[in-house]
Amino acid sequence: MNAAPQIEICDLTMAYGSYVVMRSIRAAVAKGSVFVIMGGSGCGKSTLLRHMIGMIRPATGDIRYDGASFWSQNDEGRQAKLRDFGVLFQGGALWSSMTLAENVALPLEEFTALPPGEVREIVRLKLALVGLAGFEDYYPSEISGGMCKRAGLARAMALDPEILFFDEPSAGLDPISSRNLDRLILELRDSLGATVVIVTHELASIFAIADDAVYLDAESKTMRAQGRPKDLLQSPDPRVRAFLTRGEPASSPTSGPPSPP
Amino acid sequence: MPQNPVSELTVEQSIPGVLTARLSGDWNKRTAGIPGDRVGQALKDTPGIRALEFDTRGLGRWDSRLVAQIRHWNLECQSAQVEFRPTGLPDGVQDLLRLASAVPESADARRTGPQSGFLARVGTAALTARSEGLVFFTFLGEIAQALTALLRGRAQFRFQDFLLVLQETGPNALGIVALINFLIGLILAFVGATSLAQFGASIYVADMVAIGTVREMGCIMTAIILCGRTGAAFAARLGTMKVNEEIAALTTFGISPVEFLVLPRMLALVAMMPLLVVFADLISISGGLFVSVSLLDVTSTEYLSRTISAIKLKSFLLGISKGAFFGFLVAYTGCLYGMQCGRNAEAVGRATTQAVVAGITAIIAADGVFAVISNALGI
Repeated sequence: MNAAPQIEICDLTMAYGSYVVMRSIRAAVAKGSVFVIMGGSGCGKSTLLRHMIGMIRPATGDIRYDGASFWSQNDEGRQAKLRDFGVLFQGGALWSSMTLAENVALPLEEFTALPPGEVREIVRLKLALVGLAGFEDYYPSEISGGMCKRAGLARAMALDPEILFFDEPSAGLDPISSRNLDRLILELRDSLGATVVIVTHELASIFAIADDAVYLDAESKTMRAQGRPKDLLQSPDPRVRAFLTRGEPASSPTSGPPSPP
Repeated sequence: MPQNPVSELTVEQSIPGVLTARLSGDWNKRTAGIPGDRVGQALKDTPGIRALEFDTRGLGRWDSRLVAQIRHWNLECQSAQVEFRPTGLPDGVQDLLRLASAVPESADARRTGPQSGFLARVGTAALTARSEGLVFFTFLGEIAQALTALLRGRAQFRFQDFLLVLQETGPNALGIVALINFLIGLILAFVGATSLAQFGASIYVADMVAIGTVREMGCIMTAIILCGRTGAAFAARLGTMKVNEEIAALTTFGISPVEFLVLPRMLALVAMMPLLVVFADLISISGGLFVSVSLLDVTSTEYLSRTISAIKLKSFLLGISKGAFFGFLVAYTGCLYGMQCGRNAEAVGRATTQAVVAGITAIIAADGVFAVISNALGI
């Protein structure tokens, strides 16, 4: 885990046109770790994720994967790199005109030369891994939101990605489903050896699964802290502490009371 | 990890009754030449097998391709009542196998196929047709109710929405309506010119263009253009609102979607179509004029005076009222299929297509009915 970082965010500035969202973000993510991007609503968490998966070009700065620049290479290089990623969007973003099996099979059919029989076996395995065995022939509109999310996870894992990105995985899930999803993410990380990057503001999730985290702050438009969430509870920055304790200094919902301000 | 470029699978019975599958080499999606399913074959061919175990000391890189294969053997072992011993497998594979079987398949998940007998299909089709017919007339009733509410001044109807739709369906469509109808006027004049010139009766091209345009082509072409342009837009807009639960949100506020969304669109189209038809008539006649003056030996004064004497008020009014009715049909099909839209992207596409196809069909069929009626009444 102490080898060279798999992902490095190098002095990244994010902007929509002339409107700067966040500036000078620096972070490094170790291979095989669970890295959480946290912060209040609308602070640019999802925007940072979109920069990391190649959907938005940084205004300045770069993102490096395994030491190689992601944004300074040409489009083909980026496309090839994208195949090492699996992305789970907020609502699952399943293709609504395809069954769950077809959703998971599409990347396998497009990017591998596997025979149809093997593709079918892999699809059944992936759906079974997320607890959706037997739902192969369902359409996304016929299953619940939580199931859509798990199916989206199965699709994100289709190509055995090196890095899994999650955008608000627990949004819209009840606490138990959300906890099960967290556990699933950890188990998959352990068995697949993938690196996991999660955007979330669910404190319970953050404390349960994060090895490392950055806190983005909307007001100062930059990151305020990086570290293990439990260590960040002792952060000198009052805003980071307030976020991690839901602004309730007396009763922390998680491990131990924070140090008094 | 040992790197072995050749993937191998050997199956042997080391201890009597125990099959050992020995896997070596890389075993992932990029590996070519993965050996066939010798384990399944051996399970079938060898009698008296009690257990299946693995030796993966020579295994190189692997991914879910291997896991899927081993899971397949695991399921085969279960159905053949052979003990499955995963201990020889890499830890990651064992973890994934455990995870994959953690949530057992729920009994009611897998669905039985729909009944496919001939009678069943006929019955299903009949029931579908019945419910679709019901929906069609229910929607008509809802619109009538909404209209009554509007006349009483109690409808949830926003005048600025109405003006917006009016702008969108009328003035914004002038360009395309002008282009198409000018070309139709040209075409009518050319068709008439070739046959009428043989009798030296080129001047009657004016009569033909005038009557053809005012009674039929003006309103039909305009209605078809609006069906493709506006009817499709209505269906797509309402369908997308349905997908985004915007229509459900209106309903929860007690706002009737028919009064709030459908009524302005319907009234705007019914109000705009007659005006567009008059415009289309003028443009189409000028198309005929253009051909007659430039190609036939007809002056524009002659042409216009023939045109004026050819158009009877009755024909003109017939064309305009047909236009208003076609406007109703276009709005009706567009809004109906938009409101009936399913909840996904594909359904929006289907709703749009259905709206256009049903709209054009309805326009042509209604025009046929109008032709019969006006013939009987001598209009």
